[in-house]
Amino acid sequence: MTPETGKPVLEVENLQTEFATAKGALRAVDGVSFSLSPGEIIGLVGESGSGKSVTGFSLLGLIDAPGRIAGGSVKLNGTELVGMSPQELRKRRGKEIAMIFQDPIATLNPLLTIGQQMEMALAAHETLSRRAAAEKSAEALARVGIPSARERLKSYPHEFSGGMRQRAAIAIALLHRPAVVVADEPTTALDVSIQAQIIHEMKALARDYGVAMIWISHDLAVVSALASRILVMYAGRLVEQGPSAQVLRDPRHPYTRGLIDSLPSATVPGQMLTQIPGSMPSLGALPPGCAFAPRCSYASDACGAKPDMVQAGRRGWRCVHPLGTEHKERAAS
Amino acid sequence: MKPRDQYLKVEDVSKTFTSRQTLGDRIARGLARKGPPPGLKAVSGVTLDLAKGQTLGLVGESGCGKSTLGRIMAGIHSPSEGSVRIDGLPVMEQGKKTTTAVQTVFQDPFASLDPRMKVGDAVAEGPILHGLVMPAMAQKYVERWFQRVGLDPSLSHRYPHQFSGGQRQRIAIARALAMQPKLLICDEPVASLDVSIQAQVINLFLELRRELELTCVFISHDLSVVRHVSDRVAVMYLGRIVELGETQSVFDRPAHPYTAALLDSVPRIAAEGEALVEFKPIEGEIPSPLNPPPGCHFAPRCPRATPECSASAPALAEVAPGRRAACHYAQQELREAAARQVA
Repeated sequence: MTPETGKPVLEVENLQTEFATAKGALRAVDGVSFSLSPGEIIGLVGESGSGKSVTGFSLLGLIDAPGRIAGGSVKLNGTELVGMSPQELRKRRGKEIAMIFQDPIATLNPLLTIGQQMEMALAAHETLSRRAAAEKSAEALARVGIPSARERLKSYPHEFSGGMRQRAAIAIALLHRPAVVVADEPTTALDVSIQAQIIHEMKALARDYGVAMIWISHDLAVVSALASRILVMYAGRLVEQGPSAQVLRDPRHPYTRGLIDSLPSATVPGQMLTQIPGSMPSLGALPPGCAFAPRCSYASDACGAKPDMVQAGRRGWRCVHPLGTEHKERAAS
Repeated sequence: MKPRDQYLKVEDVSKTFTSRQTLGDRIARGLARKGPPPGLKAVSGVTLDLAKGQTLGLVGESGCGKSTLGRIMAGIHSPSEGSVRIDGLPVMEQGKKTTTAVQTVFQDPFASLDPRMKVGDAVAEGPILHGLVMPAMAQKYVERWFQRVGLDPSLSHRYPHQFSGGQRQRIAIARALAMQPKLLICDEPVASLDVSIQAQVINLFLELRRELELTCVFISHDLSVVRHVSDRVAVMYLGRIVELGETQSVFDRPAHPYTAALLDSVPRIAAEGEALVEFKPIEGEIPSPLNPPPGCHFAPRCPRATPECSASAPALAEVAPGRRAACHYAQQELREAAARQVA
């Protein structure tokens, strides 16, 4: 587990992202706050529509109209990114904060070789001779486990397998050794054996270079293998956060509990799975209080008001009926 | 074996996909005295059977041929060699599907439902066409199936885009079951669904299977889902079945190094008091099926491989009661797995 020492490299405070629609503004990210220490990996978990990806995009200022960041603050090494001019953002994007996407086919240009694309990424932030750029690119490819990297620079993306393409995308994201990397479901489209290799390598990269990482995923098991801390999102809000092991073994929010229990591995084979009834409400029709209340078996009248994030030590939850809080001493640990 | 144990019988099935050749290609190859181009062997010599009411899980990574095998069983692809019989009758004859006894549920309900057809009509279409229900009775019939899969029958007049992913998958299941199949092939039916919705659909599947005594083939890359729903499991690698047996025993004591490696790659939430789970990733990637390695296809990535493995392909042979594996060293693998389990 990463010790949380020193100044946080990224501080997110009450982030709000909205999308303008004919029916009014929809708040896809509603008051998300967290901080990230150098070298720390945190997992941002949620189902589709929870706002986890929009949160990731917002951190890099990659929200296009009709979307906009409606409020809050994102501080990268103390510099405010919200409201920064596009030119200023461009200087930082890729250099200080980078992103890895789910689909490397969409990230890589099919008409350029991997080497050309890496050269362009290098040239965006520093001046290098072609020889030095090739040297640096080959080194970066080798570091993410691509064999005979020097020859591979001449390959086009279609000549790579899915796993190799994602490795190349990771190599590009890490070229400038950014302080923060936002990874949006980077292994979801890959086979389990390749996923295991990439997770293994990412952990080593974060450790060796002190890169802090936000790993966005719907898969609790993947996140538990990587992240020291987990943030759970539901309908645009953070509903629970804390150290991975504690959140997964002893969740406070009924939604987190429901997610863990609905995994097939949580039940004896062949038996009915524990299921969360219903589905996530659409952002246009959110219940007034806790968004999870209509699906929650613990819901009461008290859930009609928007719950605040309750903080206890390193853990936090947004629920008026938190689970397992009779063990106060464990919550505070 | 009793015929009941061979309700589904797949015999020595292979499928080779060849690229289409133009006349020019043929002349060029003829002049160069080359034969026809080698095909891609997607499925190679698969033999298995399944008892009535059982579920077979088919697992493997992308490109291993699990979907192709599923489509051959469903009568969508005709096998290049071999045959598939259900309840004694062939699924295909002379390249044509001859039965409605096999139905399929696909991964993507967006793609498998006609966006311009009301979902009720989509469910009714097949049964009317095959005379399972009179057109006048179709509405009632559809409503009954809607209820069965947990959908409000009044929704049958809507179009696919008006449903969520989980609901659409329920419609796809209703459409397959309305044909009253003997065998249901599910090709990654929950892969595109969220965790909480996935649990709902798996529960529906378990419930329907019990009520209707369905025989199923469940294809998935998600080992935890397969472990949960299947009685028997077949592990595929580059077109071949490398291990076949009772689900629980295969997961507890794999006899093939590939099965063991695949199980080790799956991330899981650490149990109480357990340290963070560390993976042991498999080295390398699946080789191209156009040019598979000689002998055992897994040998280049296998920690146990010896020169013998590349020299001769091990046959899928019985290595323990009710368990077959295609590995020269299956006995050692089994012994070590048993030792690990005790420890």
